[in-house]
Amino acid sequence: MGAYVLRRLAYGVGVVLGVLFLLFVLFFAVTEPEDIARKALGDKAPPEAVAIWLENHGYDRPLWPWQNFQENLLFDHYRKMLTFDFGLSDADDSPIVDRIKAGAGPSLSLTVPLLVLSLLAAIPLSLLVAFFRETYIDRMGVFLCVLAMSVSTLLYIIGGQYIIGKLLRWYPISGFDADPLLLPRFLALPILVGILSGIGGDVRFYRTVFLEESGRDFVRTARAKGASEPRIMTRHVLRNALIPILTRVVLAIPFLFMGSLLLEAFFGIPGLGSMTFDAIQANDFATLRTMVYVGALLFIFGQVATDISYGFVDPRVRVE
Amino acid sequence: MSALLEVRDLRTAFPSASGLLPVVDGVSFDLNRGEVLALVGESGSGKSMSALSTMRLVPKPGRVTEGSVRLDGTELLSLPVTDMRKIRGGRMSMIFQEPMTCLNPVVRVGEQVIEAIQLHEDVSTADARERTRELFVEVGIPDPEARLDAHPHQLSGGLKQRVMIAMALSTRPEILIADEPTTALDVTVQAQILALLRDLQRNRNAAILLITHDLGIVNELADRVAVMYAGRLVEVADRRSLLSDPRHPYTQGLLRSIPALATPGEALPEIPGVVPSPDQWPAGCRFSTRCSKRIERCDTVFPHESSPGEGRRVWCHVEDGEGA
Amino acid sequence: MMGVDAYIWSNLMTVLLIAGAVYAARVVRAQRLWREAAGELWRRRRFAIVVVGIYLGIGVADSIAWVGGVPEDAVGVLPNAPLSLIDRLFLDTREASYSAPLASVEFYGGKALRHPGSHLLGTDILGRDVLYMVFKGARVALLIGGLTSLIAIPLALLFGVSAGYFGGRIDDAVFFIISTLAAIPGLLLLIALIMVMGRGTVSVCIALAVTGWVGFCRLSRAETLKLRELDYIQAARALGVSEARIILRHILPNLAHLIVITFVLTFSGLVLSEATLSWLGIGVDGSWGQMIDGARDELSRSPIVWWNIGAAGAALFGLILAVNAVGDAIRDVLDPRTLRGSE
Repeated sequence: MGAYVLRRLAYGVGVVLGVLFLLFVLFFAVTEPEDIARKALGDKAPPEAVAIWLENHGYDRPLWPWQNFQENLLFDHYRKMLTFDFGLSDADDSPIVDRIKAGAGPSLSLTVPLLVLSLLAAIPLSLLVAFFRETYIDRMGVFLCVLAMSVSTLLYIIGGQYIIGKLLRWYPISGFDADPLLLPRFLALPILVGILSGIGGDVRFYRTVFLEESGRDFVRTARAKGASEPRIMTRHVLRNALIPILTRVVLAIPFLFMGSLLLEAFFGIPGLGSMTFDAIQANDFATLRTMVYVGALLFIFGQVATDISYGFVDPRVRVE
Repeated sequence: MSALLEVRDLRTAFPSASGLLPVVDGVSFDLNRGEVLALVGESGSGKSMSALSTMRLVPKPGRVTEGSVRLDGTELLSLPVTDMRKIRGGRMSMIFQEPMTCLNPVVRVGEQVIEAIQLHEDVSTADARERTRELFVEVGIPDPEARLDAHPHQLSGGLKQRVMIAMALSTRPEILIADEPTTALDVTVQAQILALLRDLQRNRNAAILLITHDLGIVNELADRVAVMYAGRLVEVADRRSLLSDPRHPYTQGLLRSIPALATPGEALPEIPGVVPSPDQWPAGCRFSTRCSKRIERCDTVFPHESSPGEGRRVWCHVEDGEGA
Repeated sequence: MMGVDAYIWSNLMTVLLIAGAVYAARVVRAQRLWREAAGELWRRRRFAIVVVGIYLGIGVADSIAWVGGVPEDAVGVLPNAPLSLIDRLFLDTREASYSAPLASVEFYGGKALRHPGSHLLGTDILGRDVLYMVFKGARVALLIGGLTSLIAIPLALLFGVSAGYFGGRIDDAVFFIISTLAAIPGLLLLIALIMVMGRGTVSVCIALAVTGWVGFCRLSRAETLKLRELDYIQAARALGVSEARIILRHILPNLAHLIVITFVLTFSGLVLSEATLSWLGIGVDGSWGQMIDGARDELSRSPIVWWNIGAAGAALFGLILAVNAVGDAIRDVLDPRTLRGSE
């Protein structure tokens, strides 16, 4: 078991280093720091200003170790990223770490309820659809899912804002307030839109899982011992389907911190998604690079943690 | 006295692009109290589907299209679903071929047997658990107390099948349907499970409908034998007369292909060809395409049932001609 | 309108694609298995296939362009600009500003239109016919889905098949690359790639291909691993058949159905991703996503301008729904098992 955990951890670290190398190629080798400086300062900036900007951001050295082994951007990049020293934003020179800390709260306040409510909506619905398999209810359900999946998220957002925010005036169109009493009013609409835009795919996925499980031999055994169909669905099928469902949920948890780019930016929630959106608009490569790195790090962490915990639960995993 | 289970003209079919395809096509047999009736045939002969049909467990989208299944005079095919559920696992229970996959992998095996008991009887969990422990002892599971809390993957195939048998027996059923109960097991374990089934049948006086393709098992366990081919019965007889004096050419072929019965030194004779699939069943006798004794009538006319002896039934033109 | 030389490429690619489609149709007709699958597909999803065909027809009509043959006094047309069939169909339909569908006067102000009653879906703020813009978007959407797949699928096959077939170091390397790319949240990687490469159709397609090939690479690797162990391939190896020949003759044909299914099922995802990118300001010019994004503010005008966003949204929805419906049926027909779990 120890060897398995070590091997898995080592692979996780390897992937982190790989991601960092990819980021270096993209953000330093392909996009040269000089270009970034010119974008930040404008084309007419004097060379001295560019030099000062490069120095402030730590970009004033050669790219590769063979150019200067002591001082080069590749080693700097690895050292800073691995020690969570994310440096300054390319756009407004604010420290990126502070902005991440400030954005995580609003992001979580959107994504955690969104995940929980999505599950609460999708699982019973898909259980229902799977229960009526091979009937018109099932066919109708699948058709509605495909219909819902075929609508662009943009249209859900625009439609939600227009119908609920503007015509019905149930909730404010956008905005955010950290006051716990006011917060739900601001979050209601983005969460509703988020659930709607995801529910088609979710229900279809869980339905497949449930159908897969209801075709198994132990379901026939349960039927042969006289269990009723609802009982079979809830006691036998659901219990087995929980494994793939949990895997999906556990893998989604790290991403909760990243927020939702579309929802946050559209609904004016000052989370990490909005921060990424602003970075795109402002050509803020440092922030973008950091967000990609943090996202990958969270994903790898989640995956390694899941694998290792499965290793503890299921003895067969370790052998592979 | 009438039989415990009377199956008459049972037909089961699956929808396909070219209409309903029958897999069981007019099967009738009786299962008497306390007897072991073996339903024998190659894979694809419809023997498992016949058994599942009597329990109304045919997998969707297949369904029983015609016929009658009477348990002690009660018609099962038209019974309301809730009443049928009381019979399943109550008066009739079933064990399957694959003990590996037939137990729910995330539920402790004891719990699965307890569920079977509590579905049919209003007993406390503690009492049901105690009964499960006794059942485990009865079916020969060593260290039953610990095994109650085991998950299926912690048990061997033989132990899992013993759990399945304990589950099937938990409500003292009158009929036990065993669908290839030993096929998936090792040879030594097979013998143990067969011995267990034989003992249980004697002790409890339950009727067993045994589905198998293995005539060796038939010889060990069965009182009577019904041979199926391509969705129909071809011959029914008590074990001794069927094994010593088979009348249908198909039964004869089956017996000849058993190593123990063949002449030493000669190549094992086999029946040429394979069982035709339902969309290719011939118009006359189903076996006519592979039969060595085929006469002209076999191709077009389905043979009548004839009775060449006490309790024997056979469906064959050639046999009919000889016997008449 | 396309650049002066781009239209020649576009014409050439269109001819090549049509030739490829004709060849594929011949292959399908020659093999019983594929012919039956195609027949079954047509039986199940006739309507969706016709809808996809209409989109394809519009896209192709907008991809064949030539210079000249336009009256000198046509409004809004540069001399020597290459015009596609669709451009020519909607020649001289410009208005000054908004017109509601089939209206005879301008939406705001009520000035008389140049072409009253001729705009089936109205015009946008610049007076362009919305139906024309929607037709133009079809080519962009097909280009996004098609070009991306043309980049991603061969790449995925190359890496996936060689990893699965040769194993060892190659497999380790490919698996590492897959893990690395898969570790980065898709949308973020997409954004990063486009930001770095600069905006534009080709860089959007490349970025979508880089993020999209991973899943298919993983799938083809797993399938190749399975195929490699099959008896007849082992036998071919034992007989000394060359590796290249085994891959070309035995492995790739067995992956064909997976290629078709994956292509159709990813297509809709790609087009929807572009809509998101458009809204982030890094999409492809002339796409429905950009129309939707551009028309967002029109909902707050009074009285509201609904036809622009409605038409673009409906066109996008129609294509995605039809492709999804066809894709589901293709999967059911060609492969009832393997891909079920991957939904």
